[in-house]
Amino acid sequence: MAITKQKEIAKDNYFFVRSCIRQTFFPGAEQALINILKSNLKLNILEDVNHTSCTGIGFHTDIVPLETTMAVIARQFSLMNQSGCSNLLVSCVTSFGLYHEIIDLWHHHPELEAKTREVLWTATRREFTIPTSIAHTSDLLYLYRNELALQSLYQLVSIKTGKPLKVVDHIGCHYAKIFPKQGLGGSEFPVVLSGLITSMGGESIDYPERRHCCGFGFRHYVLKESRGYSMTNTKIKLESMAPYNPDLIIANCPGCAMFLDRWQYTLSEIEGKTYDKQGLGIPVLTHEELAALMLGINPWDIGLQMHQVPVESLLNKIGISYSPVNKYKLTDSKPTTIPKKASILQ
Amino acid sequence: MDTELNYLELVTKDIRFTDCYKTCMNCGICSAICPAAHVYDYKPRELYSIIQRGSNSEIKTMLSSDIIWECGQCLSCKPRCPRNNIPGVLVQILRKVSQQTGLYKQSTKGIAQKEIVRSIGKNIYATGYCISPDALIPSDHPELGPVWEWTYENREDLYPRLGSPYKKETIGSVRAIPSKTITELQMIFELTNGTDFLNTIMEGESWQ
Repeated sequence: MAITKQKEIAKDNYFFVRSCIRQTFFPGAEQALINILKSNLKLNILEDVNHTSCTGIGFHTDIVPLETTMAVIARQFSLMNQSGCSNLLVSCVTSFGLYHEIIDLWHHHPELEAKTREVLWTATRREFTIPTSIAHTSDLLYLYRNELALQSLYQLVSIKTGKPLKVVDHIGCHYAKIFPKQGLGGSEFPVVLSGLITSMGGESIDYPERRHCCGFGFRHYVLKESRGYSMTNTKIKLESMAPYNPDLIIANCPGCAMFLDRWQYTLSEIEGKTYDKQGLGIPVLTHEELAALMLGINPWDIGLQMHQVPVESLLNKIGISYSPVNKYKLTDSKPTTIPKKASILQ
Repeated sequence: MDTELNYLELVTKDIRFTDCYKTCMNCGICSAICPAAHVYDYKPRELYSIIQRGSNSEIKTMLSSDIIWECGQCLSCKPRCPRNNIPGVLVQILRKVSQQTGLYKQSTKGIAQKEIVRSIGKNIYATGYCISPDALIPSDHPELGPVWEWTYENREDLYPRLGSPYKKETIGSVRAIPSKTITELQMIFELTNGTDFLNTIMEGESWQ
Protein backbone atom coordinates (compact mmCIF):
# COMPACT_ATOMS: atom_id res chain seq x y z
CA MET A 1 0.00 0.00 0.00
CA ALA A 2 1.38 3.40 -0.95
CA ILE A 3 1.76 5.91 1.85
CA THR A 4 -0.15 9.04 0.85
CA LYS A 5 0.88 11.27 3.76
CA GLN A 6 4.50 11.23 4.88
CA LYS A 7 5.35 11.31 8.56
CA GLU A 8 6.44 14.54 10.21
CA ILE A 9 10.15 14.78 10.97
CA ALA A 10 11.23 17.15 13.74
CA LYS A 11 13.60 19.74 12.33
CA ASP A 12 15.93 20.17 15.32
CA ASN A 13 16.76 19.38 18.96
CA TYR A 14 17.47 15.67 19.04
CA PHE A 15 18.85 13.22 21.57
CA PHE A 16 21.07 10.81 19.64
CA VAL A 17 21.34 7.09 20.37
CA ARG A 18 24.12 5.10 18.70
CA SER A 19 24.17 1.67 17.11
CA CYS A 20 26.15 -1.41 18.20
CA ILE A 21 26.71 -2.50 14.59
CA ARG A 22 27.31 0.94 13.11
CA GLN A 23 29.90 1.84 15.75
CA THR A 24 31.68 -1.44 15.08
CA PHE A 25 31.77 -1.39 11.27
CA PHE A 26 31.17 2.28 10.45
CA PRO A 27 32.50 4.38 13.35
CA GLY A 28 33.57 7.12 10.95
CA ALA A 29 30.04 7.32 9.53
CA GLU A 30 28.53 8.05 12.96
CA GLN A 31 31.17 10.69 13.57
CA ALA A 32 30.65 12.21 10.11
CA LEU A 33 26.90 12.34 10.71
CA ILE A 34 27.33 14.25 13.97
CA ASN A 35 29.72 16.69 12.25
CA ILE A 36 27.28 17.23 9.36
CA LEU A 37 24.29 17.79 11.65
CA LYS A 38 26.15 20.14 13.96
CA SER A 39 28.53 21.97 11.61
CA ASN A 40 26.82 21.94 8.24
CA LEU A 41 23.20 22.06 9.35
CA LYS A 42 23.73 23.85 12.71
CA LEU A 43 21.40 21.47 14.55
CA ASN A 44 21.25 20.87 18.28
CA ILE A 45 22.19 17.19 18.81
CA LEU A 46 22.78 15.92 22.34
CA GLU A 47 24.16 12.62 23.64
CA ASP A 48 24.73 10.91 26.95
CA VAL A 49 27.64 8.60 27.69
CA ASN A 50 25.25 6.47 29.75
CA HIS A 51 23.03 5.19 26.98
CA THR A 52 23.38 1.52 26.13
CA SER A 53 22.36 -0.94 23.48
CA CYS A 54 18.58 -1.12 23.11
CA THR A 55 19.10 -4.94 23.39
CA GLY A 56 17.74 -5.28 19.83
CA ILE A 57 19.99 -8.12 18.68
CA GLY A 58 19.41 -9.94 21.98
CA PHE A 59 15.65 -9.38 21.66
CA HIS A 60 15.46 -10.65 18.09
CA THR A 61 17.70 -13.63 18.87
CA ASP A 62 15.18 -14.41 21.63
CA ILE A 63 17.53 -14.39 24.59
CA VAL A 64 16.31 -11.07 26.05
CA PRO A 65 12.69 -11.07 27.25
CA LEU A 66 10.23 -8.38 26.18
CA GLU A 67 9.97 -7.03 29.74
CA THR A 68 13.73 -6.48 29.89
CA THR A 69 13.84 -4.73 26.54
CA MET A 70 10.94 -2.46 27.51
CA ALA A 71 12.74 -1.34 30.67
CA VAL A 72 16.06 -0.77 28.87
CA ILE A 73 14.28 1.34 26.26
CA ALA A 74 12.43 3.24 28.98
CA ARG A 75 15.83 4.00 30.49
CA GLN A 76 17.00 5.47 27.16
CA PHE A 77 13.91 7.68 27.15
CA SER A 78 14.76 8.80 30.68
CA LEU A 79 18.23 9.86 29.52
CA MET A 80 16.61 11.74 26.64
CA ASN A 81 14.33 13.54 29.12
CA GLN A 82 17.37 14.47 31.23
CA SER A 83 18.97 16.08 28.17
CA GLY A 84 15.97 18.37 27.76
CA CYS A 85 15.14 16.95 24.31
CA SER A 86 11.89 15.30 23.34
CA ASN A 87 12.96 14.12 19.88
CA LEU A 88 14.90 10.88 19.57
CA LEU A 89 17.40 10.38 16.74
CA VAL A 90 18.28 6.73 16.15
CA SER A 91 21.36 5.42 14.32
CA CYS A 92 20.32 1.76 14.14
CA VAL A 93 17.39 0.48 12.07
CA THR A 94 16.75 -2.45 14.44
CA SER A 95 16.55 0.03 17.33
CA PHE A 96 14.32 2.33 15.29
CA GLY A 97 11.84 -0.50 14.75
CA LEU A 98 12.05 -1.66 18.34
CA TYR A 99 11.46 1.80 19.85
CA HIS A 100 8.31 2.12 17.74
CA GLU A 101 7.25 -1.44 18.60
CA ILE A 102 7.55 -0.87 22.35
CA ILE A 103 5.67 2.44 22.20
CA ASP A 104 2.94 0.75 20.14
CA LEU A 105 2.72 -2.10 22.68
CA TRP A 106 2.37 0.41 25.51
CA HIS A 107 -0.33 2.22 23.54
CA HIS A 108 -2.36 -0.96 23.14
CA HIS A 109 -1.52 -2.40 26.56
CA PRO A 110 -1.15 0.47 29.07
CA GLU A 111 -0.58 -2.04 31.86
CA LEU A 112 2.76 -2.91 30.22
CA GLU A 113 3.85 0.71 30.32
CA ALA A 114 2.77 0.98 33.96
CA LYS A 115 4.73 -2.15 34.87
CA THR A 116 7.78 -0.84 32.98
CA ARG A 117 7.62 2.43 34.93
CA GLU A 118 7.52 0.49 38.17
CA VAL A 119 10.50 -1.70 37.20
CA LEU A 120 12.56 1.24 35.96
CA TRP A 121 11.95 3.19 39.16
CA THR A 122 12.84 0.23 41.36
CA ALA A 123 15.97 -0.61 39.38
CA THR A 124 17.30 2.88 38.68
CA ARG A 125 15.14 5.51 40.40
CA ARG A 126 14.39 6.89 36.96
CA GLU A 127 11.17 8.11 35.36
CA PHE A 128 10.47 8.82 31.72
CA THR A 129 8.22 10.40 29.15
CA ILE A 130 7.79 8.94 25.67
CA PRO A 131 9.52 10.89 22.85
CA THR A 132 7.41 13.39 20.93
CA SER A 133 8.99 12.10 17.74
CA ILE A 134 11.45 9.46 16.64
CA ALA A 135 13.57 9.83 13.52
CA HIS A 136 16.09 7.54 11.94
CA THR A 137 19.27 9.32 10.90
CA SER A 138 18.37 8.68 7.25
CA ASP A 139 15.09 10.58 7.83
CA LEU A 140 17.03 13.63 8.91
CA LEU A 141 19.39 13.52 5.92
CA TYR A 142 16.33 13.14 3.67
CA LEU A 143 14.72 16.17 5.32
CA TYR A 144 17.81 18.28 4.68
CA ARG A 145 18.77 16.66 1.37
CA ASN A 146 18.42 19.77 -0.75
CA GLU A 147 20.39 21.90 1.68
CA LEU A 148 23.11 19.25 1.79
CA ALA A 149 23.14 19.11 -2.00
CA LEU A 150 23.67 22.88 -2.12
CA GLN A 151 26.65 22.56 0.22
CA SER A 152 28.12 19.58 -1.61
CA LEU A 153 31.37 19.76 -3.55
CA TYR A 154 30.57 16.65 -5.56
CA GLN A 155 27.57 15.05 -7.23
CA LEU A 156 26.67 11.45 -8.03
CA VAL A 157 27.55 12.14 -11.63
CA SER A 158 30.20 10.56 -13.82
CA ILE A 159 33.03 13.02 -14.35
CA LYS A 160 33.77 11.26 -17.63
CA THR A 161 30.32 11.21 -19.25
CA GLY A 162 28.43 13.85 -17.27
CA LYS A 163 25.64 11.32 -16.74
CA PRO A 164 24.10 10.46 -13.36
CA LEU A 165 25.57 7.40 -11.66
CA LYS A 166 23.22 4.44 -11.27
CA VAL A 167 22.47 3.85 -7.61
CA VAL A 168 20.49 1.05 -6.02
CA ASP A 169 19.25 1.32 -2.46
CA HIS A 170 18.47 -1.14 0.28
CA ILE A 171 16.23 -0.11 3.16
CA GLY A 172 16.67 -2.04 6.40
CA CYS A 173 13.55 -4.17 6.97
CA HIS A 174 12.80 -2.77 10.41
CA TYR A 175 12.78 0.81 9.09
CA ALA A 176 9.31 0.51 7.54
CA LYS A 177 8.08 -3.08 7.41
CA ILE A 178 7.02 -3.13 11.07
CA PHE A 179 5.29 0.25 10.90
CA PRO A 180 5.04 1.43 7.28
CA LYS A 181 3.77 4.87 8.35
CA GLN A 182 7.03 5.43 10.24
CA GLY A 183 9.10 5.06 7.07
CA LEU A 184 9.28 7.66 4.35
CA GLY A 185 7.42 6.09 1.44
CA GLY A 186 6.33 3.15 3.58
CA SER A 187 7.56 -0.38 3.02
CA GLU A 188 6.46 -0.67 -0.60
CA PHE A 189 7.67 2.57 -2.19
CA PRO A 190 10.51 3.78 0.03
CA VAL A 191 11.85 7.23 -0.77
CA VAL A 192 14.16 7.85 2.19
CA LEU A 193 17.30 6.87 0.25
CA SER A 194 16.13 7.37 -3.33
CA GLY A 195 15.29 10.98 -2.41
CA LEU A 196 18.81 11.50 -1.09
CA ILE A 197 20.30 9.82 -4.18
CA THR A 198 18.42 12.02 -6.66
CA SER A 199 19.15 15.18 -4.66
CA MET A 200 22.82 14.31 -4.95
CA GLY A 201 22.48 14.00 -8.72
CA GLY A 202 22.31 10.20 -9.00
CA GLU A 203 19.78 7.98 -10.78
CA SER A 204 17.81 5.77 -8.42
CA ILE A 205 17.25 2.25 -9.82
CA ASP A 206 14.20 0.27 -8.65
CA TYR A 207 15.44 -3.32 -9.05
CA PRO A 208 13.11 -6.33 -8.56
CA GLU A 209 14.41 -7.53 -5.18
CA ARG A 210 14.81 -4.03 -3.76
CA ARG A 211 12.52 -4.87 -0.85
CA HIS A 212 14.02 -8.28 -0.08
CA CYS A 213 15.81 -8.65 3.27
CA CYS A 214 19.63 -8.46 3.22
CA GLY A 215 19.54 -11.74 5.13
CA PHE A 216 20.92 -10.70 8.54
CA GLY A 217 18.45 -13.05 10.17
CA PHE A 218 19.78 -12.17 13.65
CA ARG A 219 20.43 -15.70 15.00
CA HIS A 220 21.26 -16.90 11.50
CA TYR A 221 24.27 -14.62 11.27
CA VAL A 222 25.32 -14.90 14.91
CA LEU A 223 25.54 -18.70 14.61
CA LYS A 224 28.29 -19.95 12.32
CA GLU A 225 26.25 -22.90 11.10
CA SER A 226 23.49 -20.75 9.64
CA ARG A 227 25.43 -17.87 8.10
CA GLY A 228 24.58 -19.38 4.71
CA TYR A 229 21.06 -18.01 5.28
CA SER A 230 22.46 -14.51 5.37
CA MET A 231 24.69 -14.98 2.35
CA THR A 232 21.92 -16.62 0.30
CA ASN A 233 19.58 -13.68 0.76
CA THR A 234 22.26 -11.12 -0.07
CA LYS A 235 23.02 -13.16 -3.19
CA ILE A 236 19.36 -12.90 -4.22
CA LYS A 237 19.66 -9.12 -4.00
CA LEU A 238 23.00 -8.91 -5.81
CA GLU A 239 21.74 -11.08 -8.67
CA SER A 240 18.65 -8.91 -8.94
CA MET A 241 20.55 -5.62 -9.09
CA ALA A 242 23.46 -6.79 -11.26
CA PRO A 243 21.66 -6.50 -14.65
CA TYR A 244 21.21 -2.75 -14.02
CA ASN A 245 24.99 -2.25 -13.67
CA PRO A 246 24.80 -0.12 -10.54
CA ASP A 247 27.75 2.10 -9.69
CA LEU A 248 26.85 2.12 -6.03
CA ILE A 249 24.65 0.51 -3.35
CA ILE A 250 23.28 2.70 -0.54
CA ALA A 251 21.83 1.25 2.69
CA ASN A 252 20.42 3.01 5.76
CA CYS A 253 20.84 0.04 8.10
CA PRO A 254 24.36 -0.64 9.39
CA GLY A 255 23.91 -4.40 9.37
CA CYS A 256 22.56 -4.40 5.82
CA ALA A 257 25.42 -2.18 4.59
CA MET A 258 27.92 -4.51 6.22
CA PHE A 259 26.37 -7.65 4.73
CA LEU A 260 26.00 -6.20 1.24
CA ASP A 261 29.69 -5.29 1.42
CA ARG A 262 31.11 -8.42 3.11
CA TRP A 263 29.06 -11.05 1.31
CA GLN A 264 30.32 -9.69 -2.02
CA TYR A 265 33.77 -10.70 -0.79
CA THR A 266 32.68 -14.14 0.41
CA LEU A 267 30.68 -14.82 -2.75
CA SER A 268 33.63 -13.75 -4.90
CA GLU A 269 35.89 -16.17 -3.05
CA ILE A 270 33.35 -19.00 -3.45
CA GLU A 271 32.14 -18.31 -6.98
CA GLY A 272 35.22 -16.65 -8.43
CA LYS A 273 33.16 -13.75 -9.75
CA THR A 274 31.83 -10.34 -8.83
CA TYR A 275 28.47 -8.74 -9.51
CA ASP A 276 29.84 -5.87 -11.58
CA LYS A 277 31.35 -5.99 -15.06
CA GLN A 278 34.79 -4.69 -14.10
CA GLY A 279 35.49 -7.30 -11.42
CA LEU A 280 35.91 -4.64 -8.74
CA GLY A 281 32.71 -5.29 -6.80
CA ILE A 282 29.87 -2.81 -6.26
CA PRO A 283 30.85 -0.24 -3.60
CA VAL A 284 28.43 0.03 -0.68
CA LEU A 285 27.92 3.24 1.28
CA THR A 286 25.71 4.16 4.18
CA HIS A 287 23.61 7.32 3.92
CA GLU A 288 25.97 9.23 6.23
CA GLU A 289 28.99 8.16 4.21
CA LEU A 290 27.31 9.32 1.00
CA ALA A 291 26.48 12.73 2.45
CA ALA A 292 29.97 13.15 3.90
CA LEU A 293 31.63 12.15 0.65
CA MET A 294 29.53 14.60 -1.39
CA LEU A 295 30.37 17.36 1.09
CA GLY A 296 34.02 16.79 0.32
CA ILE A 297 35.21 15.03 3.47
CA ASN A 298 38.32 12.90 2.97
CA PRO A 299 37.17 9.29 2.31
CA TRP A 300 39.71 7.95 4.81
CA ASP A 301 38.38 10.30 7.51
CA ILE A 302 34.90 8.86 6.95
CA GLY A 303 36.23 5.32 7.39
CA LEU A 304 35.81 4.03 3.85
CA GLN A 305 39.04 2.06 4.23
CA MET A 306 37.03 -0.26 6.52
CA HIS A 307 34.91 -1.47 3.60
CA GLN A 308 35.86 -4.80 2.04
CA VAL A 309 34.69 -3.78 -1.45
CA PRO A 310 37.17 -1.06 -2.45
CA VAL A 311 35.49 2.32 -2.96
CA GLU A 312 38.11 3.70 -5.34
CA SER A 313 36.10 2.80 -8.47
CA LEU A 314 33.33 5.10 -7.21
CA LEU A 315 35.73 7.88 -6.18
CA ASN A 316 37.30 7.77 -9.64
CA LYS A 317 33.93 7.91 -11.39
CA ILE A 318 32.88 11.00 -9.41
CA GLY A 319 36.31 12.59 -9.57
CA ILE A 320 36.94 12.69 -5.84
CA SER A 321 40.62 13.08 -5.11
CA TYR A 322 42.16 10.81 -2.51
CA SER A 323 45.55 9.65 -1.36
CA PRO A 324 46.17 5.93 -1.99
CA VAL A 325 49.20 6.11 0.32
CA ASN A 326 47.20 7.39 3.26
CA LYS A 327 44.35 4.90 2.95
CA TYR A 328 45.60 2.63 5.71
CA LYS A 329 47.77 5.12 7.56
CA LEU A 330 46.79 5.26 11.21
CA THR A 331 49.40 7.24 13.12
CA ASP A 332 52.68 8.99 12.38
CA SER A 333 54.48 6.92 14.99
CA LYS A 334 53.75 3.44 13.65
CA PRO A 335 54.51 1.87 10.27
CA THR A 336 51.48 1.48 8.05
CA THR A 337 50.20 -2.06 7.60
CA ILE A 338 47.77 -3.05 4.88
CA PRO A 339 45.10 -5.78 4.74
CA LYS A 340 45.89 -9.04 2.98
CA LYS A 341 44.71 -9.09 -0.62
CA ALA A 342 41.46 -10.84 -1.48
CA SER A 343 41.68 -13.36 -4.33
CA ILE A 344 39.12 -11.69 -6.58
CA LEU A 345 38.06 -8.32 -5.17
CA GLN A 346 41.13 -6.12 -5.53
CA MET B 1 -2.57 -35.34 25.02
CA ASP B 2 0.21 -34.05 27.24
CA THR B 3 -1.25 -33.74 30.74
CA GLU B 4 1.69 -31.85 32.23
CA LEU B 5 1.46 -28.52 30.41
CA ASN B 6 -1.11 -26.79 28.28
CA TYR B 7 1.18 -25.47 25.57
CA LEU B 8 -1.60 -23.67 23.72
CA GLU B 9 -2.40 -21.75 26.87
CA LEU B 10 1.26 -20.86 27.41
CA VAL B 11 1.37 -19.46 23.88
CA THR B 12 -1.95 -17.63 23.93
CA LYS B 13 -1.42 -15.99 27.32
CA ASP B 14 1.51 -13.95 25.99
CA ILE B 15 0.25 -10.37 25.79
CA ARG B 16 1.43 -10.08 22.18
CA PHE B 17 -0.67 -13.05 21.03
CA THR B 18 -3.85 -11.12 20.29
CA ASP B 19 -1.82 -8.56 18.34
CA CYS B 20 -0.08 -11.10 16.12
CA TYR B 21 -2.73 -13.77 15.74
CA LYS B 22 -5.95 -13.23 13.83
CA THR B 23 -7.75 -15.86 11.84
CA CYS B 24 -5.33 -17.11 9.18
CA MET B 25 -6.88 -18.04 5.83
CA ASN B 26 -3.72 -19.77 4.64
CA CYS B 27 -3.34 -17.55 1.59
CA GLY B 28 0.44 -18.06 1.71
CA ILE B 29 1.49 -14.45 1.10
CA CYS B 30 3.74 -14.60 4.18
CA SER B 31 5.42 -17.74 2.85
CA ALA B 32 5.88 -16.13 -0.57
CA ILE B 33 7.61 -13.06 0.84
CA CYS B 34 9.58 -14.83 3.59
CA PRO B 35 13.41 -14.88 3.17
CA ALA B 36 13.58 -17.95 5.42
CA ALA B 37 11.26 -19.78 3.02
CA HIS B 38 13.88 -19.15 0.29
CA VAL B 39 16.48 -21.00 2.33
CA TYR B 40 14.68 -23.57 4.47
CA ASP B 41 11.65 -25.82 4.09
CA TYR B 42 9.82 -23.25 6.18
CA LYS B 43 6.33 -21.85 5.70
CA PRO B 44 5.14 -19.31 8.29
CA ARG B 45 1.51 -20.14 7.58
CA GLU B 46 2.07 -23.67 8.89
CA LEU B 47 2.67 -22.21 12.36
CA TYR B 48 -0.76 -20.61 12.19
CA SER B 49 -2.37 -23.83 10.98
CA ILE B 50 -0.93 -25.71 13.96
CA ILE B 51 -2.12 -23.09 16.44
CA GLN B 52 -5.55 -22.95 14.77
CA ARG B 53 -5.95 -26.74 15.03
CA GLY B 54 -5.27 -26.39 18.75
CA SER B 55 -3.83 -29.86 19.34
CA ASN B 56 -1.61 -29.73 22.44
CA SER B 57 0.60 -32.57 21.24
CA GLU B 58 1.01 -30.96 17.83
CA ILE B 59 1.93 -27.62 19.44
CA LYS B 60 4.41 -29.42 21.71
CA THR B 61 5.96 -31.07 18.65
CA MET B 62 6.26 -27.67 16.96
CA LEU B 63 7.89 -26.13 20.04
CA SER B 64 10.41 -29.01 20.07
CA SER B 65 11.25 -28.73 16.39
CA ASP B 66 13.65 -26.74 14.20
CA ILE B 67 10.81 -24.97 12.40
CA ILE B 68 10.33 -22.21 14.98
CA TRP B 69 14.05 -21.33 14.78
CA GLU B 70 14.12 -20.76 11.02
CA CYS B 71 12.49 -17.31 10.89
CA GLY B 72 15.06 -14.52 10.42
CA GLN B 73 12.96 -11.89 12.24
CA CYS B 74 12.97 -9.46 9.31
CA LEU B 75 9.21 -8.92 9.78
CA SER B 76 8.71 -8.75 6.00
CA CYS B 77 5.51 -10.71 6.71
CA LYS B 78 3.92 -7.94 8.74
CA PRO B 79 2.90 -5.41 6.07
CA ARG B 80 1.81 -8.16 3.67
CA CYS B 81 -0.72 -10.21 5.62
CA PRO B 82 -4.26 -9.33 4.49
CA ARG B 83 -5.58 -10.41 7.90
CA ASN B 84 -3.03 -8.45 9.98
CA ASN B 85 -1.32 -11.53 11.33
CA ILE B 86 2.33 -11.09 12.27
CA PRO B 87 4.10 -14.46 11.89
CA GLY B 88 7.44 -12.96 13.02
CA VAL B 89 5.94 -11.96 16.36
CA LEU B 90 4.18 -15.32 16.77
CA VAL B 91 7.64 -16.86 16.32
CA GLN B 92 8.97 -14.67 19.17
CA ILE B 93 6.26 -16.09 21.45
CA LEU B 94 6.86 -19.69 20.35
CA ARG B 95 10.61 -19.36 20.95
CA LYS B 96 10.02 -17.88 24.39
CA VAL B 97 7.71 -20.74 25.40
CA SER B 98 10.07 -23.32 23.90
CA GLN B 99 12.92 -21.98 26.03
CA GLN B 100 10.82 -21.59 29.19
CA THR B 101 9.62 -25.19 28.97
CA GLY B 102 12.98 -26.67 27.96
CA LEU B 103 11.61 -28.00 24.65
CA TYR B 104 14.24 -26.00 22.72
CA LYS B 105 16.81 -28.61 23.74
CA GLN B 106 15.09 -31.18 21.54
CA SER B 107 15.91 -29.14 18.45
CA THR B 108 19.42 -28.87 16.99
CA LYS B 109 18.67 -25.27 16.05
CA GLY B 110 17.00 -24.53 19.37
CA ILE B 111 19.86 -25.70 21.53
CA ALA B 112 22.12 -23.25 19.69
CA GLN B 113 20.49 -20.57 21.84
CA LYS B 114 23.18 -21.40 24.40
CA GLU B 115 25.81 -20.20 21.94
CA ILE B 116 23.92 -16.93 21.47
CA VAL B 117 23.84 -16.38 25.23
CA ARG B 118 27.60 -17.01 25.38
CA SER B 119 28.18 -14.31 22.75
CA ILE B 120 25.42 -11.68 22.58
CA GLY B 121 24.06 -12.29 26.09
CA LYS B 122 27.46 -12.08 27.72
CA ASN B 123 28.34 -8.95 25.75
CA ILE B 124 25.17 -7.01 26.64
CA TYR B 125 25.44 -7.95 30.28
CA ALA B 126 29.12 -7.08 30.63
CA THR B 127 29.61 -4.16 28.23
CA GLY B 128 26.16 -2.70 27.52
CA TYR B 129 26.58 -3.46 23.80
CA CYS B 130 25.17 -6.37 21.81
CA ILE B 131 28.33 -6.39 19.74
CA SER B 132 31.57 -4.43 19.72
CA PRO B 133 34.85 -4.79 17.80
CA ASP B 134 36.45 -7.02 20.45
CA ALA B 135 33.66 -9.58 20.06
CA LEU B 136 34.26 -10.21 16.36
CA ILE B 137 37.40 -12.34 16.40
CA PRO B 138 38.52 -12.81 12.77
CA SER B 139 39.03 -16.57 13.11
CA ASP B 140 35.35 -16.85 14.06
CA HIS B 141 34.38 -14.58 11.17
CA PRO B 142 36.34 -15.50 8.06
CA GLU B 143 33.42 -14.21 5.98
CA LEU B 144 34.23 -10.67 7.10
CA GLY B 145 37.36 -10.80 4.99
CA PRO B 146 40.89 -9.44 5.29
CA VAL B 147 39.85 -5.82 5.83
CA TRP B 148 38.06 -6.83 9.03
CA GLU B 149 41.15 -8.79 10.09
CA TRP B 150 43.20 -5.62 9.56
CA THR B 151 40.56 -3.56 11.41
CA TYR B 152 40.60 -5.95 14.34
CA GLU B 153 44.38 -6.05 14.59
CA ASN B 154 44.66 -2.26 14.39
CA ARG B 155 41.53 -1.35 16.32
CA GLU B 156 43.30 0.61 19.05
CA ASP B 157 44.64 3.07 16.47
CA LEU B 158 41.95 2.86 13.79
CA TYR B 159 38.86 3.74 15.85
CA PRO B 160 40.45 6.87 17.40
CA ARG B 161 41.66 7.79 13.89
CA LEU B 162 37.96 7.89 12.91
CA GLY B 163 36.87 10.05 15.83
CA SER B 164 35.94 7.31 18.29
CA PRO B 165 36.86 7.76 21.97
CA TYR B 166 37.57 4.00 21.86
CA LYS B 167 36.94 2.53 25.29
CA LYS B 168 37.10 5.88 27.08
CA GLU B 169 34.12 7.00 29.19
CA THR B 170 33.05 9.87 26.99
CA ILE B 171 30.44 10.29 24.28
CA GLY B 172 31.12 8.63 20.94
CA SER B 173 31.21 5.25 19.28
CA VAL B 174 32.89 2.25 20.94
CA ARG B 175 33.08 4.21 24.19
CA ALA B 176 33.34 2.47 27.54
CA ILE B 177 29.93 2.52 29.16
CA PRO B 178 30.36 3.66 32.78
CA SER B 179 30.16 0.97 35.46
CA LYS B 180 27.22 2.69 37.21
CA THR B 181 25.28 2.30 33.97
CA ILE B 182 26.23 -1.37 33.68
CA THR B 183 24.95 -1.79 37.25
CA GLU B 184 21.62 -0.17 36.27
CA LEU B 185 21.39 -2.40 33.21
CA GLN B 186 22.07 -5.54 35.22
CA MET B 187 19.50 -4.48 37.81
CA ILE B 188 16.93 -4.14 35.03
CA PHE B 189 17.82 -7.66 33.85
CA GLU B 190 17.40 -8.97 37.41
CA LEU B 191 14.04 -7.32 38.04
CA THR B 192 12.54 -8.28 34.68
CA ASN B 193 13.65 -11.91 34.93
CA GLY B 194 16.11 -11.29 32.10
CA THR B 195 18.96 -12.82 34.09
CA ASP B 196 16.80 -15.80 35.09
CA PHE B 197 15.84 -16.30 31.45
CA LEU B 198 19.50 -16.41 30.41
CA ASN B 199 20.23 -18.82 33.26
CA THR B 200 17.29 -21.01 32.20
CA ILE B 201 18.65 -21.28 28.66
CA MET B 202 22.13 -22.13 29.99
CA GLU B 203 20.79 -24.68 32.54
CA GLY B 204 23.22 -23.52 35.20
CA GLU B 205 26.22 -23.35 32.90
CA SER B 206 28.35 -20.25 33.43
CA TRP B 207 27.91 -17.58 30.76
CA GLN B 208 28.76 -14.22 32.34
